[in-house]
This record gives sequence, structure tokens and C-alpha cells, in this order.
Amino acid sequence: MSLKVVRTKAEFEGTITEETALVDGTDLRPWGSDDGLAIVGKRQTRVDGIARVTGRARYTQDVYLPGMLHVRVLRSPYPRARVRRIDASRAQALAGVRSVLHRFNAPKTAFRGEDTIFRDEVRFVGDEVAAVAADSEEVAANAIRLIDVDYEVLPFVPDLEEAMRDDATRLDEKGNVTESGRLDRGDVKRAFADASAVVEATYRTSTQLHNSLETHGAVAQWDGGELTVWESTQHVFGVREGLRAALKIPYSDIRVLCDYMGGGFGSKGGAGKYTIIAALFARQLGKPVRCVLTRDEENLAAGNRSATYQTVKIAARGKKISAIEHLSWSNAGQGRWVADPTGPTNGLYDIPNVRTRSYKVVTSLGALASFRAPGYVEGTFALDQAIDELAVRIGEDPLALRRRHMGLRSDPVTGLRYTLKRLEACYDVGAKEIGWQHRRPEGTRGSAPHRRRGYGMASQLWGGSGLPPAYATVHLNPDGTAVLRCGTQDIGTGTRTVLAQVVAEELGLTVADIRVELGDTNSQYAPISAGSLTTASVGPAVRLAAKDARTQLLAAASGLLEVGPSELRVERGSVISKGRRTPIAEILAQIQNFTVIGKGSRFPNPEGVSLKTFGAHFAQVEVDVRTGEVFVEHVVAVHDIGRVINPLTAASQVEGGVIQGLGFVLSEERIVDRPTGRVVNGNLEGYKVPTIRDTPKITVRFIDDPDTKANNIGAKGLGEPPIIPLPAAIANAVANAIGVRVRTAPITRQRVLDALSLQ
Amino acid sequence: MGAVPKAPQFIGPGAVDVAFEVNGGGVSVHVPPHRTLLDTLRETLGLTGAKRVCDEGTCGACTVLVDGEPVYSCMTLAVACAGRAVETVEGLANGSELHPVQAAFIEHDAFQCGFCTPGQIMSCVALLRRNPSPSGEDVLRAVSGNLCRCGAYPNIVAAALSAAKKVRR
Repeated sequence: MSLKVVRTKAEFEGTITEETALVDGTDLRPWGSDDGLAIVGKRQTRVDGIARVTGRARYTQDVYLPGMLHVRVLRSPYPRARVRRIDASRAQALAGVRSVLHRFNAPKTAFRGEDTIFRDEVRFVGDEVAAVAADSEEVAANAIRLIDVDYEVLPFVPDLEEAMRDDATRLDEKGNVTESGRLDRGDVKRAFADASAVVEATYRTSTQLHNSLETHGAVAQWDGGELTVWESTQHVFGVREGLRAALKIPYSDIRVLCDYMGGGFGSKGGAGKYTIIAALFARQLGKPVRCVLTRDEENLAAGNRSATYQTVKIAARGKKISAIEHLSWSNAGQGRWVADPTGPTNGLYDIPNVRTRSYKVVTSLGALASFRAPGYVEGTFALDQAIDELAVRIGEDPLALRRRHMGLRSDPVTGLRYTLKRLEACYDVGAKEIGWQHRRPEGTRGSAPHRRRGYGMASQLWGGSGLPPAYATVHLNPDGTAVLRCGTQDIGTGTRTVLAQVVAEELGLTVADIRVELGDTNSQYAPISAGSLTTASVGPAVRLAAKDARTQLLAAASGLLEVGPSELRVERGSVISKGRRTPIAEILAQIQNFTVIGKGSRFPNPEGVSLKTFGAHFAQVEVDVRTGEVFVEHVVAVHDIGRVINPLTAASQVEGGVIQGLGFVLSEERIVDRPTGRVVNGNLEGYKVPTIRDTPKITVRFIDDPDTKANNIGAKGLGEPPIIPLPAAIANAVANAIGVRVRTAPITRQRVLDALSLQ
Repeated sequence: MGAVPKAPQFIGPGAVDVAFEVNGGGVSVHVPPHRTLLDTLRETLGLTGAKRVCDEGTCGACTVLVDGEPVYSCMTLAVACAGRAVETVEGLANGSELHPVQAAFIEHDAFQCGFCTPGQIMSCVALLRRNPSPSGEDVLRAVSGNLCRCGAYPNIVAAALSAAKKVRR
């Protein structure tokens, strides 16, 4: 064993950070494309499939403990108000109520930079005011109606563009608008002056609500001084950190579990106020406590994708793009950060002169949370439409124009060489599958006289390199089965299955021999399951753990079979020695009850190179010019993500990203009542997520070229890429069909009709 | 969705005894008349397969069968099920032998997080009992009331059609 500390640069959702990690031994040579892999790269049904189809999979919402109490939260009905007085005596008196917490009686608990979870000034409709723990959810729900609160209502700002105005009510001492990102490359001023064509346009995107089907929630139980929390989360270690900070208790006293979870899409990155509330009540009352949000609460107080207001000015000189200026304002609500929609403009295309600015705007609404490719979906919606608008202006095919700016060699932001960039292949495959040759600059006739058909496409840039630290252990049992333990979590992407494949491949077992245990802070650390980084972060550590277990197994086998370890290998559960097969179980039986424990750690990413994922989406749509309805007929999604470990689950992830992107661009829009600052469609009736009827034909293709410079499994991330280019591809197809552009997402029937009437 | 069973008149206001069948076995519960079938299954009977997602009859994650018809159990009162047969996802498999719809969901990867899956499966099971030879359009109609936020829709259609073939055999 040889431990060493490494420092490495890593990208998480567009932000580069320096990570420090401990690694053990030496890394493995990456699997090449001709290594004859038997399990990795092959279609594998989910190892947890039976649990999920029989109802046995236990989600946080399904954790019912004996004597458990239920919590409901009283939330502010005002977008901004001072909580002057709270009288909870009527609630306390209700039969079945065990306790009420609010800002006048709750212990101080640090939470995301504040020292309380119940603010004296509530800042959005849905902000936490008080919480009730009761014998049943019904009693708790009745009790919160009996809490009398004296509010001093304050001026508020219910809207992004209103908050940007100079005369807007100031919600923050520093002003409502702060710069959050900038890039200058070349000289845009001169390039615009020298241009032969310039296009300027304004794009808007609406607030998208995650609506994970399992709402945010936690169950907390204190056993003596030890706290166990079940939470629907993308990061058990993040929840542990949140609890430590809030409750001032050591890690050793906290265990966080997340076995199955019903979707997160970025919003479940750490402890929530519901977690702290459940833990506080559980400690105070000595009983397990469940705090699970209702659908309405989920849509008020558990995050959203920021609405944006973006302006793009883009110029050509001849047939080449010479300059682009992209300014973006994002509605952070009461969030303390904001995603960067200008990321794709900075790095996707090889454009010599670039100026981008990104601004965070605070409003009297719930905080944003990461939502699948935060910033990049919104930014690509503007960027790739602007490229098409310029292509139309200069009379060029949009795909041909993009091909001229693919920048295949090096990252324009850092100047570093890409480890692998197969964007051109994505264009080739996508154009062929959609039938790009059928596209006409003026669109074509659709399937009826009142229907027009159009084609559109857009490109995708995202990180996805993965990062250390990540650790895993593989326990090889005396009967030849193995258990993989790792502190990552399977949020529905198929992590358990992919990791089982990696173990089986490296250790010479079958997938059925392997049990995968995730989502437990009693395992070793793994990063958040977000940012498209799980497989590329955890997979290489898991492979090393399996390799370590194999080395130990062969050392034992060598002694028992009296053959040198170099003459031994493992294949499908047996040790092979000079053509003789001895089952692992037979070997380990001789050393009685010895469990081989292999350990693995994630090595740093290579220095001095740029690691990215790429892709392109192509869409064929029809638009009914009488009703404004958009019919998506076919989507082709092509992605370059290095090695595909499991083609079955990878394709599912792409289809899911495409469908969520369709929601973003065609139907999903949080609506806020401006006079009251209230969200009026915080439910699944008024907020329109796509149904099975909204699903077009989707063709999924992978370039599937292992990135052997990236890490020892050659894989990069896939979570975010398939939602990024879809909205822009649809918008471009709609514009091609009807000859007029809708620059606001979602492209509703009303917006299409408005655009047509202005023609 | 089939017709939601009607509640008998004049019950309550206190908790009452309700007897019905769940997955082939008789149960008797003592619940207030306004308690939903979903909460009764999950909290009283410990059957947590059906999920509470919207709690207002818009998402289908709580779908179970009552007398063979799919219903939103969040919109069905427990008292309305007296004397009826309720089937949940927990009752589909025969020991370790999965129902063809369950097996097809695994084979076609018709889920990601799996939270909507019990509801999707019950809607498909009801369809195949009614119509063992469904068209793609029949499948779309059967599960159009079941939302999936992960976007497993194409695979759900494939799974339902493939299960139908096995059921017919």
C-alpha cells in the first residue's frame, strides 16, 4: 500500500475547482477499444430491476418506523414579510400535536450561510415559518392552520425583468443584479465594425420546475447520541455535512442512507430545511420523525431552473462567424449563486472574438437549484438559435456553418488540447439519421395544407470528466460472490448496474455474482451524483478495488495451487491455471471464512488537456399554422461521451433527457401571479410535464469511442448532455417550418400564433 | 381509468371498520371515512408500492386495481372499497416468478428511478386483462394518465407490447 496526496483540477457544472484527494498504489492502464471486454459495453438489464418492478424498492417516502411522528411546515403566504409574532397555542392544544418549532423557540441552526432555518424576514411565498410534529400527517396539516402569525408585509419583486430595472425595489444591499461570469476573447468591437452581417436578438426562457416524482424529504431517528437520517438525496455525504454544520455533532454520530430515490435532476444536492426540522424534532421528542414535502411545497421551496433574459449579437464576415456577444440575466430567486448560460458561447464553437457577461438577479421567489445542465440548456437555447439566425441572414446551411467552427483541436477557453472531440462524427451521424438533405431554407409542406414541416439542429458541450475523490471496496466472499460498497448513490441512472459490470469485468465474475451497496455514509466517500460525473468519478475507483481483490485472490490461489500468480487468471468465477479451472469458491473454501477486501481510489484527471463531452440533436417538426401547435415527429440524439458502459441504460438516459428538454421548450413554465407573488401552478395539473402522448420517435446514437486519456475505464458523463441541445434544435426546426422565430421558451401555441401574426 | 367506486352513504364521522381483499387475502382496517385507499395501503397495511406523488389524481403513481379496474388510489376512499378486491404491485409476482409485465419492464428498461413504475405496471396489467392484443395506441391510452419524469415512455410502450405477446402465448 502506498498512499499519496494528489491535487487536480476538476469541472463541476461549468465551474473548475481544485480538488485534493488521496490515492493508493498506481492507476490501471485504461481499457482500450480492442481489449475484448466481455461485460463492459454490453447491454445489461438493471441489477435492481426486480426490486423496482415488485414495489420492494424502499424509497425515503416508504420509510415508516414504529412510533414515527409526521411533520408539516407552515409556509409564508407573502413574498416578503417580517414575522413579528407567532402564537402557536391553538396548534399546541390540538390532540395529537407533539411540538411546534418556529423562529422564537427553535435552536440556532446554521444553514447555507444563515444561522437559522426560520427567517425573521421571509423572502418568498413558501419560505418556512413554523413546523408541527404530530402523531399523523393529518393532525400536523390541521395544526399548521391554527398557528397565528403576525406578518409585516414588505415590498417585493415577483419577476426577473422587473428586478433588473433601475427603479425596482432593492432586495439586496448590493442591488438586485450582480455579475457572476465574464469572458473576453479577441476584439468584438472591431469585429462587429468589420462584419459583413450582424444579427441581434433577445431570448427568454421560463422557470422550469424539477418535479422529481419523489418529493424532497427525510426521516430522522436518534438512538442515544447517534442520528440516522434516510433522505431522498443525490449526495449522502452532503447531507451528513449539512447536519454536522446545523446540529454541531461529529460525523461519527451521523449516518445518512439513501437506498432508492425517486429522481432529483440536480435539486437534491444536500440537506434541506426539512432534514434539519426532522432531526430537531427527533432529538427533542425522542421518536423517529418524517418530514416529506407535498407537491405544492416541492414546487415552491425545493428549487427550480432559473428563468433567463438573454441578448445575443452575432456577426459574420463572409461565410464565417467573426464575433459574438452574449449577455445573460438569470433569476436566482433567493438563491445565493446562479448557473452560467454563457458557458456554451465561451467554449462550444471556435469563434475568434467573444464577449460574454452573466448576471445573477435576485427576486422574491424560491431559490434556484441545479437542474440538469443548469445554464447550458438556457444558454444553448439562445446561442444555437442565434447561429441559425445568422445562417439565414448570410444564406448558409446552419449545419455547414457550424461545421466551419467545430474547433476540433483545442478548447477555445483554455487553449488546451482536447483528449477527444468527436463532434464532427455527431454531425455526420445525426444528419444522416434525420435526413438533413430534406431540409429546405424556406421549410416544406407538412402532412396537411395547414401544417408546415421544418428541420433544426443544435450542438452540445458539457464537462463530464468526473473527479476525485471517490473510493470503493470490493468484498469477495468465500463462496465466490462479491459485494461492492461505495458511498455513491443510484438516482435512477443505472449506477448500480454499471458499477456491477465494471466489477464483474475486472474480477472475472458474472454480474449476477455481485451485490452493490450504495447510498450509505458508513461506506467510503463518493461525490455528489450530479454534473454527469458519477460513472467517470466512481467507475475508475471501483475498477481498482476489483483489481485489488483479484490480485489478493490470485495470491491466495497461487499458494494453494502451487502455481506462480502470473500464470493465473480469473474468468467467469473460476481461477484458470494452465488450462485447469478451479472455481473461486473452491479456492476460498480452503482458507475458511476469509473475505478478500479490495480497495480502490479515483486517480486525478490528466493535466494540460481539456476533457469534455459533445453531441448534436436533430429534430423534424410540423407546426399547425392555424392553432400554433408544434408536433415533434422525430428527434435524433447523438452523443460523444467516451466509452458506453451499458448501451441499454445509456439509451434510456438519452431518451429521458430529450423528453425533459421537450418539456422545457414546449410546455413547462412556472407561472407567478405578479400582484401576490404566488406560484399558481405548483402542481402536476397546471404545470405541464410531458406525458407519453407528447413523446416523439427518438433515435439514440453513441459515437462510443473510449477516451483512453480520461480515466482507466475510458468513460465520461451522460446525465446532462441529452437535455442540452434539444430545446434549441426544436426552436430551430419550428423557425425553419414557419419562417418566423419564437425566441421565448416554452414555445406555446399562443407564442407561435403571436409570432405568425407579427409576420 | 375505470369508474372510481362510490362510497356508501351515512358513514362516520368517526373511524369505521372496513373489510376488503388485498392481493387475494382478506383485510380489515379501522379508518376514518375520509381516509384514502392510498394512505390506507401505505400507512395501515404497509404496502408502499403505490406512491404518493401529486395526491390529487393527476400523475397515476398511486394506481392500483379495484375489482380489476385501474383507479387512482389517492382519489379513492378506503370505505368505498368495502367488499371489493384490491390488487397492488406487491401482489403481481407469483413467488419469485414475475408477472410478464414486470419481466418486460426489466427487459426493456422501462424505468429509471422507478418511482412511477408500480403505477405504470398496474395500468398495463389492467390493459392486458381487458385486451390481450393491444395496439400501440391502446397502450398510449392506457398509460397516458401515468406521468414519468425520467422519460421512460418509449420503453414503457415497448415493454407493454412485448408483455402482451407473452400473455397471449
